[in-house]
Amino acid sequence: MPRAFLIGAVPTALFLLAALLSLAWTPHDVEALQISARLLPPGGDYLLGTDQFGRDLLSMLMVGARTSIAVALVAVGIGMGLGVPLGLAAAATRGSLLDEIIMRGNDLIFAFPSLVIAILITAVFGPSAVNAILAIGIFNIPVFARVARGGALSLWTLDYVRAARVAGKGSVRISAEHILPNIANLLIVQATIQFSLGILAEAALSYVGLGAQPPTPSWGRMLAEAQTMIYTAPRLALLPGLAIVAMVLGLNLMGDGLRDMLDPRLRRVRA
Amino acid sequence: MIRFDDLSLAIHGTPILRGVTLEIPAGRIVGLVGESGSGKSMTALSLMGLLPDGAETAGAACLDAENLLQATEARMCGIRGNEIGMIFQEPMTALNPVQTIGDQVAETLLIHNAAGRAEARAIARDRLDRVGLSHIGMDRFPHELSGGQRQRVCIAAAIALHPRLLIADEPTTALDVTTQAQILDLLKGIVAEENMALLLITHDLAVVSGMADAVAVMKDGEIVEQGPTAEVLTARRHPYTRALFEASSHAPDRDGRDPQAPVLEVENVLRLYPGPRKGFTRGDPVRAVDGVSFALRRGESLGLVGESGCGKSTLTRAVLGLDPVQGGRIALNGGAVDVHMPKARRAAIQVVFQDPYGSFNPRWRVDRIVAEPFHLFETRPPDWRAQVAAMLEAVGLSASDMEKYPHEFSGGQRQRIAIARALVTKPDVLVLDEAVSALDVRVRAQILDLLADLQGRFHLSYLFISHDLTVVRAITDRVMVMRAGKIVEEGATDAVFNAPSHPYTRALLEAAPVLEVAS
Repeated sequence: MPRAFLIGAVPTALFLLAALLSLAWTPHDVEALQISARLLPPGGDYLLGTDQFGRDLLSMLMVGARTSIAVALVAVGIGMGLGVPLGLAAAATRGSLLDEIIMRGNDLIFAFPSLVIAILITAVFGPSAVNAILAIGIFNIPVFARVARGGALSLWTLDYVRAARVAGKGSVRISAEHILPNIANLLIVQATIQFSLGILAEAALSYVGLGAQPPTPSWGRMLAEAQTMIYTAPRLALLPGLAIVAMVLGLNLMGDGLRDMLDPRLRRVRA
Repeated sequence: MIRFDDLSLAIHGTPILRGVTLEIPAGRIVGLVGESGSGKSMTALSLMGLLPDGAETAGAACLDAENLLQATEARMCGIRGNEIGMIFQEPMTALNPVQTIGDQVAETLLIHNAAGRAEARAIARDRLDRVGLSHIGMDRFPHELSGGQRQRVCIAAAIALHPRLLIADEPTTALDVTTQAQILDLLKGIVAEENMALLLITHDLAVVSGMADAVAVMKDGEIVEQGPTAEVLTARRHPYTRALFEASSHAPDRDGRDPQAPVLEVENVLRLYPGPRKGFTRGDPVRAVDGVSFALRRGESLGLVGESGCGKSTLTRAVLGLDPVQGGRIALNGGAVDVHMPKARRAAIQVVFQDPYGSFNPRWRVDRIVAEPFHLFETRPPDWRAQVAAMLEAVGLSASDMEKYPHEFSGGQRQRIAIARALVTKPDVLVLDEAVSALDVRVRAQILDLLADLQGRFHLSYLFISHDLTVVRAITDRVMVMRAGKIVEEGATDAVFNAPSHPYTRALLEAAPVLEVAS
């Protein structure tokens, strides 16, 4: 197993566990404000200290991980769920009007700056985690559509696909049975990359106040709220910032390692 | 003088070459013949110092008195391209697509500081002229040239510095016969003119027999026989040489059959491709198949011969009902063949492709692969596993192979799996699209025997598409010659091969390398 994958898996697994744990238990209630316990230093009852409203930082980071991972996961799911079938359809009908419509539609989405559209969506529908998911998810669609189409195009020229056509199978069936399993590795690698981008995007949207709404903690909003306290309590900004960096770095390393594992050509080069 | 002296090679502990001893005198062509995996290319790469990681060598590969196995990388950089040039099989990938051909030929000169920029370009022009590209500009890009022209560019770059040895690794395998003949002629002329040595690596005995002064036959990393070409090919002392020789001109036993009713009829078929884009409109359509008519009779083998780009693959796809046609009619057992034909009719025409490696979904097991055409039946027969097993046995594999994945099989075995898949629906017509072209000669002979045997057992009609005239001659009753979308000649195989009437057929036959059968 590539070293990059193992190194990346450690922070990723850690945050995943923390997020899962936060569903059942957190050291303190993240919604209870306790002004008497504000800005406590790390140690004692509060392992990482408290913020200016007396909320436990560790608990907030745990629930924040849950928010980030949930938003990114669903956004990747939207992107894959819609993008991959679109890409497969475009590849199956390569050169046709449908292919043109799908791919030019992708170009159209790509041409918009994603954050601006996210702001537009939240401006129209109001800020919430669901709308953040939608905004990030929509921008994942063309990424997966392109990866799927690119991988599928080269497979469509292979003899086993032609043999399947001679066996009377239609495009949908061939795409499902022959194309999809053979581009799965490309898609998995892309998914880890999009997942880390999703975490970043969620943090960015929350930071500007368009993501998860208070009192739900989120890493991006923790950063934003810590901004005014940067000189008095720098750890308020440092901890969520480090969490974002560790998570994104871990996912990218995992993606790198996965690509090495799944692509036999690269594996041979690095061996 | 280039000399391999008891050269042995192991890669990560696996022995590749054993005791290779071979001399290549100046001005001579030495053919190195063997099947894939025999170590031919590794022999050449050890001389170039281009062996893969983990290679351990013993013995010597000498240029004059210098053992190149011991030379430093810096020294090898001075030798590669300067003393030893090399050309490869695939001219499509051997050239850099974003550099002009003039730059690529001049590059060799510039790297070795043999000339200034202007002078290098002048020499490059001269070398390109020498390889017969005087009508091609220096500023052209590889994609603007044909396969044969690209191979000429590779040769020009390889001989730019007048190397003492040129290594040609399957230089014509990817080329059409007429192009192959021209390239071989060119190489022969250059060797004579420059007093250069040529190491010609090939699997094709016929190419060697017409070219090489001496030949070495290689098997499993060892040279089993070597000597002057005429002597080796006539005496054939080593059993392996004999086996190779016999396989090269192998004609399977086929019982003559009386012509019967046609099973596949093709009438005036027209297949157009959209013309090149010109802004928002398109130019005139390309006529890939231009009014082709023929009939395939029951139990007959019909050959379709032509060079790349002549439209034979396009015609194949139309006959299989994969692509629509723009005119004419194709009928199978009286029913129309098109993209939407009923599954039962599709089951009556199946196909075997060329590439034994790309023919199967690598994630599927053999049982699922062979059973795929059962999709053409209303329901999969309840005893489908028994049928698959029986078919695997019919093509010379065993029923236990059903549990394996395609990568566990050799090229020849894979082609047997492909045949089993094609026959599992009991078709009337089997289309063989270059089905034996990628195989080694001995394996090819076995597959041809198998095809001849199956034809009798399953009452098959074959449409045999190939660029290889020897194979077509060995297995077909009638043959069609295709050129630029049209059938230019058609007739009984023997008649066409012995007395071709169309000039193109004559050109093809003359260009094909012949293995002199001296008894």
